[in-house]
Amino acid sequence: MATRGFIGRRTPEDHAARTPPGQALTTDFPVLSAGPTPRIKLEDWKFTLKVGPRPVFAWDWKTFDALPKTAFTRDIHCVTTWSKLDTKWEGVTIDDLLAAAGMEAATPFVLAHGFDGYSTNVPTADLAGSKAMIATTYDGKPLTPDHGGPARLLVPHLYLWKSAKWVSGLQFTEVDTAGFWELRGYHMVGDPWREQRYHDDP
Amino acid sequence: MSASPSPWERATISAISDLTPRVKSFTFAPETPFRFRPGQHVDLRLTAPDGYQARRSYSIASAPSADGTIELAIERLDDGEVSSFFHEAAEVGDAIELRGPIGGHFVWDSDDGGPLLLIGAGSGVAPLMAMIRERAGQGSAVPALLVLAARGWDNILFRDELLALEARTDGFELVFALSREAVRRDRDHGGRIDQALAAAALARLPSPPTFAFVCGSNAFVEAATSAFIEAGLDSKIIRTERYGG
Ligand SMILES: Cc1cc2nc3c(=O)[nH]c(=O)nc-3n(C[C@H](O)[C@H](O)[C@H](O)COP(=O)(O)OP(=O)(O)OC[C@H]3O[C@@H](n4cnc5c(N)ncnc54)[C@H](O)[C@@H]3O)c2cc1C
Repeated sequence: MATRGFIGRRTPEDHAARTPPGQALTTDFPVLSAGPTPRIKLEDWKFTLKVGPRPVFAWDWKTFDALPKTAFTRDIHCVTTWSKLDTKWEGVTIDDLLAAAGMEAATPFVLAHGFDGYSTNVPTADLAGSKAMIATTYDGKPLTPDHGGPARLLVPHLYLWKSAKWVSGLQFTEVDTAGFWELRGYHMVGDPWREQRYHDDP
Repeated sequence: MSASPSPWERATISAISDLTPRVKSFTFAPETPFRFRPGQHVDLRLTAPDGYQARRSYSIASAPSADGTIELAIERLDDGEVSSFFHEAAEVGDAIELRGPIGGHFVWDSDDGGPLLLIGAGSGVAPLMAMIRERAGQGSAVPALLVLAARGWDNILFRDELLALEARTDGFELVFALSREAVRRDRDHGGRIDQALAAAALARLPSPPTFAFVCGSNAFVEAATSAFIEAGLDSKIIRTERYGG
């Protein structure tokens, strides 16, 4: 259905192939979150890996920060329809994290948790193979609180609500367990190229 | 699990009016009316003749109504792709594609009780307006306070309606924070929302709020939530909706 009088602002040709359907490019970095920005002191920061209810490994900031770091330059996509190209991150890939804990992916699904009580579910396969990291810097600087600092999950090929801010741990689950937005009608996977925005989207 | 929003459906623009110099009200009549809760939003999708599409989210400013129409308050952003279409091209009778309702966190209705604290700026008052209108429509006596930031008196969306609702003295209170103009009423504040304003505002409620909703640009949400947390508001009850920018 064409909308009378609408022409629209096109994405430049060379960027169009990198912009998923229904998304528009932005150059600034909008912030979206469900509550106030928590301020987490590095000395209080802790990151826990769990299998089901059982904690299997934990890091404080010092031991976490000593893990091998990887740099990522990726395009990111928010379900509120902005996309941003070539964002630069650094952090610990989930592969390196599991290696440091001496374990392998325990179950097919992961629930990521945040210090603010947020949670989001991600298929384990989407975290493996250097596709995702726990990011601690953005654009060469420590991650600021409004963007999820000190550390956030970054799964750049899925809509950004999957990239839990203020991340406090990953929990392996046998069953795909809906997180905060997933309980509120959003998609269990969230692939922007398939426009998996809401629960019933194919 | 909350339901998925409707598939895309046509909605006809049935009314357009000016709310402020930069914000217009649009009333839509969806082909298939849907139920929603105050605070939820819809996605609108525009399609160019060659198939190019743009979609954006807009909060529903109206309370659920019997005829199924919904009101949106759309602020004009210079060079905004979708908002300038609505301000320059859209006319009554046009059909727009719409999907909704969306969002299950930034929602409140009078059955949820209170006290209720609402904090908004600019077009960010839209979802708060839906809550205020629903509360009034239900004849609810839940104590509620709206702190509304604007540049000046004529930039306040829904100003006269809000003043009329406050005049009912049914437990709804209103505080304007005007950043660029002298205040006209004793209870209002000049300047931006700061800790002193937040403390004075909180004191207007009979007891600490059990729900707090903050909506506006990200910069506003950050500043306003910090001020209220410093003034003693429990950060765990705060829910935010950020429009970007
Ligand atoms: C859940 C939700 C609910 C929303 N509800 C409403 C609503 O009720 N009313 C409403 O008017 N909008 C609302 N918005 C914002 C709306 O979705 C659009 O983002 C907005 O209308 C701009 O779209 P656009 O196409 O006109 O601008 P775009 O073409 O997308 O351009 C936006 C660009 O303008 C700049 N920009 C963005 N925001 C601002 C700003 N606030 N001030 C100055 N510059 C800015 C940025 O550079 C951005 O890249 C809501 C957003 C969300 C996520």
